[in-house]
Amino acid sequence: MFRFLSGFGSYWMLLGRVFARPEKHSIYYRQTMKEFISLGLRSIGIVTIISFFMGAVLALQTAYNTENPIYPTYLIGLGTRDSIILEFSSTIVALILAGKVGSNIASEIGTMRITEQIDALELMGINSASYIILPKVVATVLFNPFLTLISIITGIMGGWIAGTAAGVITSQDYIYGIQYAFIPYYITYSLIKTVIFAFIITTVSAHQGYNVDGGSLEVGRASTKAVVYSSVTILLFNVILTQLLLS
Amino acid sequence: MIRAEHISKSFAGREVLKDISAVFEPGKTNLIIGKSGSGKTVFLKCLVGLLDIDEGKIFYNDVQFDNLDFKAKKEIRKDMGMLFQGSALFDSMTVEENVRFPLDMFTDMSREEKSDRVNFCLERVNIVNSNHLSPAELSGGMKKRVAIARAIALKPRFLFCDEPNSGLDPKTSIVIDELIREITVELNMTTIVNTHDMNSVMENGEKIIFIEEGEKCWEGNKSEILKSDCRTLNEFVFANALAKQLKESSK
Repeated sequence: MFRFLSGFGSYWMLLGRVFARPEKHSIYYRQTMKEFISLGLRSIGIVTIISFFMGAVLALQTAYNTENPIYPTYLIGLGTRDSIILEFSSTIVALILAGKVGSNIASEIGTMRITEQIDALELMGINSASYIILPKVVATVLFNPFLTLISIITGIMGGWIAGTAAGVITSQDYIYGIQYAFIPYYITYSLIKTVIFAFIITTVSAHQGYNVDGGSLEVGRASTKAVVYSSVTILLFNVILTQLLLS
Repeated sequence: MIRAEHISKSFAGREVLKDISAVFEPGKTNLIIGKSGSGKTVFLKCLVGLLDIDEGKIFYNDVQFDNLDFKAKKEIRKDMGMLFQGSALFDSMTVEENVRFPLDMFTDMSREEKSDRVNFCLERVNIVNSNHLSPAELSGGMKKRVAIARAIALKPRFLFCDEPNSGLDPKTSIVIDELIREITVELNMTTIVNTHDMNSVMENGEKIIFIEEGEKCWEGNKSEILKSDCRTLNEFVFANALAKQLKESSK
């Protein structure tokens, strides 16, 4: 319990340093652009692949679980669309990014810590927490909503291709289904969750990396902890946000 | 000038530094020597403010450094350069970007001025045609030299070197020692070097402080060190076989 409270306290203290006034905006801007590429653009591939197959499986499972003449087949499209928008593209993609981006952030910052690069920044009088972490937070919070939109589109496409290829639904019914009773707010809900999850992934992982003490073994441990802690926090906030935003 | 008065530091109840006082003079290479684990690095990190001291005072040219806030410390830190044990070059940057980094951060120099300064610093440490290499592509000695170039980019008044020769062959160690000594005189810096390399001690030791188990045991210079009757210092100085033989032959 003491360790949890101490970790929680140091997380908030780190956030206080991260959001201090940047020393030189042009440098921070340059760093943020680098992070857009490293944490955002380089995640498009994995998000696209996973979302495509996720949509395909969702469509097939919906089809096999609604094999009843009283259910219209366009429900397959509708079910796939809503599952992807409400849960998969925000939460599941966030969990996947917690693995990819979170471990990357923790190991990068942890390595900087044990190789004294963070000390070098501090010695120069630079707020190392802000210089290293703030561009990552800005990049993921701004870019991850695009990843969610890409995930929604490719997921729905995956469902369409798998459904029609397996012969469980016609193309016409699927397209009718994904347009049927569409609630635009669901997209807003999904994007709000994405932004908050992006913040959680980046800050929780950065906190783990920044506080590494020791050698390469500790960097590995911090990386694992970053994934576990950010995943659990995402799942917790998923419940809270769903209640707050959909009730 | 840097003045440390009665510095003490503990970690989890274990006293690592015990009441150390010292004065480090400008234009000189001041050495802190001692065995591994004697507290040299902790002392150096306390001097630069990377570790908070438990007791004592640290003065930079009569300004008490240890009780300043982050903003005031930042002003003094602009006058500091440090060569870390593992060089601490930024992995994500090239050699040129590493040396240019303090200039980008703290000056309003034009791109050409920065480029000139970077090239001057790199040439000063004998690194040529390596501007676009990443730190991973450099040898240990080159990394140290690039780290020195980065440390002097802002023309600091205080230079700190933590084990500058660790992991280097004897010949490269001499090159690094000479470089530190020359730069210290050129820029009239107050240079403090942590080392347990006896060759460095005999080459650069204009002022030497010997630390043993967190306590200052001896203070002097390179000409006095061989004549000292401090037992722990003698054990340290004449630890290797070659030094022992020299001592025996000089009797």
